Amino acid sequence: MLPFLFRRTFGAIVTLILLSAVTFFVFFAVGDPALMACGKNCTADNIALIHQNLGLDKPLPTQYWDFLSGIFVGRDYSIGHCGAPCFGYSFATKQDVWSTMIDRLPTTASLALGGAVAFLVIGIGAGLLAAWKRGTFLDKAVTSISMVLSSVQIYILGPIVLGIFVYSGIMDSPKYVDLTSNPAGWFMGLLLPWLVMSTIFTAQYTRMSRSTMIEQLQEEHVRTAKAKGMPARYVFLRYAWRGSLIPIVTILGMDLSSLFGGAMITEFTFSLAGIGRLAIDSVTTLDLPMVLGVMLFSAALILVFNIIVDAAYAFIDPRVRLS
Amino acid sequence: MTSPSQTAAAQSDSPGLEPEGLKKEKNSKGGELVGRSPGQLMWARFKRDRTGMFCGIVVLAFFVISALAPVIASLYGKDPYTFYSNSDPNLLDEFGFPSGPNGGVSGDFWFGIEPQLGRDLFTQLLYGMRTSLGISVAVTILVVITGTILGVTAGYLGGRTDYWLGRVMDFLMAFPSQLTFVAFMPVVVALFVPPGDETPTYIRVVALILVQWALGWMGLARLLRGQVLSLREREFVEAAKITGASPWRIIRKELLPNVVTPILVQSTYMLPLFVTAEAGLSYLGVGIMEPTPDWGRLFRTAGNIYESDPTFLLFPGAAMVIFVLCFNLLGDSVRDAFDPKSGR
Repeated sequence: MLPFLFRRTFGAIVTLILLSAVTFFVFFAVGDPALMACGKNCTADNIALIHQNLGLDKPLPTQYWDFLSGIFVGRDYSIGHCGAPCFGYSFATKQDVWSTMIDRLPTTASLALGGAVAFLVIGIGAGLLAAWKRGTFLDKAVTSISMVLSSVQIYILGPIVLGIFVYSGIMDSPKYVDLTSNPAGWFMGLLLPWLVMSTIFTAQYTRMSRSTMIEQLQEEHVRTAKAKGMPARYVFLRYAWRGSLIPIVTILGMDLSSLFGGAMITEFTFSLAGIGRLAIDSVTTLDLPMVLGVMLFSAALILVFNIIVDAAYAFIDPRVRLS
Repeated sequence: MTSPSQTAAAQSDSPGLEPEGLKKEKNSKGGELVGRSPGQLMWARFKRDRTGMFCGIVVLAFFVISALAPVIASLYGKDPYTFYSNSDPNLLDEFGFPSGPNGGVSGDFWFGIEPQLGRDLFTQLLYGMRTSLGISVAVTILVVITGTILGVTAGYLGGRTDYWLGRVMDFLMAFPSQLTFVAFMPVVVALFVPPGDETPTYIRVVALILVQWALGWMGLARLLRGQVLSLREREFVEAAKITGASPWRIIRKELLPNVVTPILVQSTYMLPLFVTAEAGLSYLGVGIMEPTPDWGRLFRTAGNIYESDPTFLLFPGAAMVIFVLCFNLLGDSVRDAFDPKSGR
């Protein structure tokens, strides 16, 4: 386990360094970022701040090195010192990039994790139900409904759900409330975004868990368990389900980055101030330090979760050797 | 040199294929046995799949309608750019919303009128679908070409080429794709247009295609690499090598015909994903901009005005749901037709 974690962490760090380099050079090599960031209503003050911010007089590799070392040891700007994880200052709001991201993180984390729980529970639950009642009307209904729902994009379903529940006055507008101070408000505030976001993901989990369950139910060990006279429910949940978890975890690992994309569109649809929304806002204002920070930050998060998902294989299936 | 693909198909599928192939021939040719290409067998199987045929027709209709958007619009007599409320102020009420019921749906404006601006929704949807589908088709073609070349090369050459291509794929897959699209769009646009200048629409289209292409090909390449890894050990490839065929010839004539199936199946799954991704970008405001009609931009407008004019979402939304659903079902049918064993 430990060598695996070590190796994967090392790989992730190399990937992140490369990714930051590519992003950095693409962003800052396409012309004067100061001009790009300023756009049409550019003032001399703005340009001065941006040049100060980035040390644009230095050669690109030096600039990149300053940026990279700033993340680990902090950086000194003429406007003051920027503490250890320093991603620079926003062009648009003049705020510290890192603290803005940390500020926005709880919203996106709640949204993405809650959404993932929603589509895993609903998707796998529906898939198990369909496999259990295989060939019946229920099976067909579950399979077709999930197929149709998976074709409804967040930006189509979002307004409809808002229309039914919020504009009619049944529920309050979705918003992020701090989990620790008001758990009920947190849950109710994010319930609609979770459900809307999970629809496009649910169907593939339903399909996958249904088909692997059906496969698993024909396995020898399941037949043996049945022959021993074990209760059908027990065989179904303990014997067959465990075997069907592996492919589910595999697609979950592949979905992590689209989960972030889904969170971004959901935040936009429901006007939630998360990291995805921050990314969109900074892109439209060409706030490069912020975009760069968000890119690196979310790539790092996704890589960490990828390692966790891979490690989860070993817990689910003892045959998997993490080597 | 058609034999390798046929041998390969017969080898892998022989229990499923032969009885089917033989029975059909007996009926039509009075017992005479005639070989059928895997493509013919696939088509025969596909024709029997009613869902697949129906969805194929629907999807085809979407493409035809989008391609003919200017023709349909001129027959219909309107275009997506004109502010019709300027010439007829009665179309919108004092708040800028359609004065007719249901978002202004009428004999003149089939799908209603856009609030505030008074543009015609029907032609906007037609042209918007054309933009979105055009971009997605271009991305799909580029992705299939790149993925095929790199995947097959990596799988066939193996060794160092395979290793480094594999690392490049791993690296590109580490990019959070949708966020990268959003983040790189303005930068790619800036590559072509100096800051401050007005960006022409075609630059945005090129940028949309480029960013989706750059991060879209790895899945297919990886899949094909795996397939080729097992194919290259097969006898027909060995035989070709012994006869002195060049690697390029082996890739082109021996390997490519054998990976046509996964390529076709994957591209039918990919295209709707590219359509929704492109629409998503325009929805977020970083894709196609006003006044160019775009499917995704319609959802942006629809979301903003949904509380007062819910009808505006109905037609673009229903069209997209039907399109994506049918394309996904079509993908399943294509897969089943190529590989009858896979099952649902």
